[in-house]
Amino acid sequence: MNLVPWILMFPLAGFLLLGVGRRRWPNAWAGKLASGAVFLSFATAVWVFADLLSLPPEARSVKLVLFDWLTVGRFSVEAALLVDPLSMVMALVVTGVGFLIHVYSIGYMHDDPDVVRFFTYLNLFMFMMLTLVLGANYLLMYVGWEGVGLCSYLLIGFWYTKESAAQAGKKAFIVNRVGDFGFALGLFLLFWQVGSLDFGVVSQSAATVFVAGGGVITAICLLLFLGATGKSAQIPLYTWLPDAMEGPTPVSALIHAATMVTAGVYMVARSASLFVLSPQAMGVVAAIGAATALFAATIAITQTDIKKVLAYSTISQLGYMFVACGVGAFGAGIFHLMTHAFFKALLFLGAGSVIMGMHHEQDMTVMGGLSKAMPQTHRVMLIATLAICGIIPLSGFVSKDAILWAAFAGGPFHSTVIWGVCLLAAVLTAFYMFRMYFLTFRGPARWPHGLHPHESPAVMVRPLLVLAFLSVVGGFVGWPHALGGSDHFAHFLEPVWPPLPEGAHAAMSTEWFLMALTLVVVTFGILASRHFYLTQPAVAAAWSARLRLLKSLLSHKYYVDEIYDALFVRPLVGLGRACWQLGDRGLIDGVAHGLGHTARLLGQVGSRLQSGAVRNYILVFTFGVVLVLGYYALALSR
Amino acid sequence: MPVPASWYVSLSVLLFVIGTVGVLVSRNAIVMLMGIEVMLNAGNLVLVVGARTWGLEDALIYTFLVMTVAAAEAAVGLALVIAMFRRTKSLDLDSLKTLSG
Repeated sequence: MNLVPWILMFPLAGFLLLGVGRRRWPNAWAGKLASGAVFLSFATAVWVFADLLSLPPEARSVKLVLFDWLTVGRFSVEAALLVDPLSMVMALVVTGVGFLIHVYSIGYMHDDPDVVRFFTYLNLFMFMMLTLVLGANYLLMYVGWEGVGLCSYLLIGFWYTKESAAQAGKKAFIVNRVGDFGFALGLFLLFWQVGSLDFGVVSQSAATVFVAGGGVITAICLLLFLGATGKSAQIPLYTWLPDAMEGPTPVSALIHAATMVTAGVYMVARSASLFVLSPQAMGVVAAIGAATALFAATIAITQTDIKKVLAYSTISQLGYMFVACGVGAFGAGIFHLMTHAFFKALLFLGAGSVIMGMHHEQDMTVMGGLSKAMPQTHRVMLIATLAICGIIPLSGFVSKDAILWAAFAGGPFHSTVIWGVCLLAAVLTAFYMFRMYFLTFRGPARWPHGLHPHESPAVMVRPLLVLAFLSVVGGFVGWPHALGGSDHFAHFLEPVWPPLPEGAHAAMSTEWFLMALTLVVVTFGILASRHFYLTQPAVAAAWSARLRLLKSLLSHKYYVDEIYDALFVRPLVGLGRACWQLGDRGLIDGVAHGLGHTARLLGQVGSRLQSGAVRNYILVFTFGVVLVLGYYALALSR
Repeated sequence: MPVPASWYVSLSVLLFVIGTVGVLVSRNAIVMLMGIEVMLNAGNLVLVVGARTWGLEDALIYTFLVMTVAAAEAAVGLALVIAMFRRTKSLDLDSLKTLSG
């Protein structure tokens, strides 16, 4: 257990070493050093995890105080790490998937001249993300939260000479500020009410401090959730994530798919003891999650950029995780977070492999038929696509089914409407994911003559194979009771959650029926996709001509960016311009310049008097004396 | 029959006006210094008359003060005139206009 700080220290050391000697490190060493640091961190996490497993379930929550961080009056915060099932699952996912992506980056960023800076940022990200998940209080979590936001900004704009990348970085940062503001307000309110930001204190005293269903607790939860919608790209703050695809593909995989964007889910799960006290907030979480899942899935159907499809798919899957939290099945949410980290990292890295093989082409309309040129990438991408669609027995099936079941009946706050929306989103997921698969790997080759797609080097393919393996078997740790499993994962996480009310009791046959129904509709989605994009492309073209309006609405992403631009961005820019022109230039500069001008004018007039002719001075002086004396003489004689 | 005080005062006023006019109209630095001396002595004359006629003893003290100041002024003034002459080779005050603003 005493090794816990080392999980953080290794990436920090890597960051410092690479950052301080940025100009000295040979490019070839940077990736190895950074990967090594993350591997050591992962190994330490495994060690600590084994330690945690050796404890009895009810004792599996260890707080490690490093030092007193801040003490101001009643406000006291320790720099402390919390080791419990939830934080360890997160730490393992972050370091494990993070390590694989670091290794992959060695190959992907091989030709980039600035690779040292890339790995410096990547290691800093790992440190911040681990601070976020291992911190034992909300303030430390907030530090990590802002830290990963910074790294996200730096890495999206990694190729900063590209205008669009720099803009996307700024957009991500600014949109996240909105959410972070809510998060901070939520924390202020929480501290005001509870008097502590420590996870243990908050979860123990929540039920006594707050009135269940009261206004204060609902406000706190909604403010925290606003922070989560920013970081985890949910409605209404999701618009930054598709633009974030401007960053290098490993960054998209690590930060914008597997780890950072799931921080919101982790935060809501960590605050479970607060959220369960406010059924209203839970309803909002589930509704926003379901709406986002469906909304993003519809947009993904019309995207032609392979990374954009995956970005919207990520938003949609994050929606599922929030649905799970919203219906009270926090374990299912974290489970989906983990399996999603496996298969979505795999999808992004596979897409990166495709992009590299196609010589930096991301447009799916000029791909097709890549399965022969890139057999290994094709195989792992097919596995990942099947996993995200939720085909039995891959990991996506198990976790998504856990969420659907919780939404239908299993969760304490279940709702059939939410379940229906999620089921519809699952069909669309199958449809657009297989659209991506068919357009990229199957059908006739559409790339321009003379382009020779090639398979990626082993340093990139091997991490893909490991992730493919995890995407296949990842679900077995939480295999449901209904299929003869024992649902280990949920039981492992159980001590973390507050006591939850029981969900509706339903027969196992109902669960079987729902699973079968999900599989049937998902298969239908896949077959429809196959019909449209593989066997009968003409039909797809005819349909998209017939539904021209709908298609243009979708391919313009419901014009949300344009609406936000008109509603918020332009007025703010206008306000800024007004402040600049009127306030800064007019008022402040006006006063400053005005004072200067007045002084100069006075000086000019005064300098006329200073003629330099002594006799003039004497004359004026004499007249002055005569005037003064004359005045007194008159005054006295009166 | 003693001379009335008003005569002395009139003489003093006359001297003062002569001195002032001398300072105002002359271009020559030395003449100007002389004008100043005349004005100071006109002032001294009033002080002495005041002391004699109305018994104002402290006026005598001021007389000495004025004489001291006049001596110092003459020393500094003549030094300035010499310095000025070295620089401009003339005693014309109008040649010193370089300090104009």
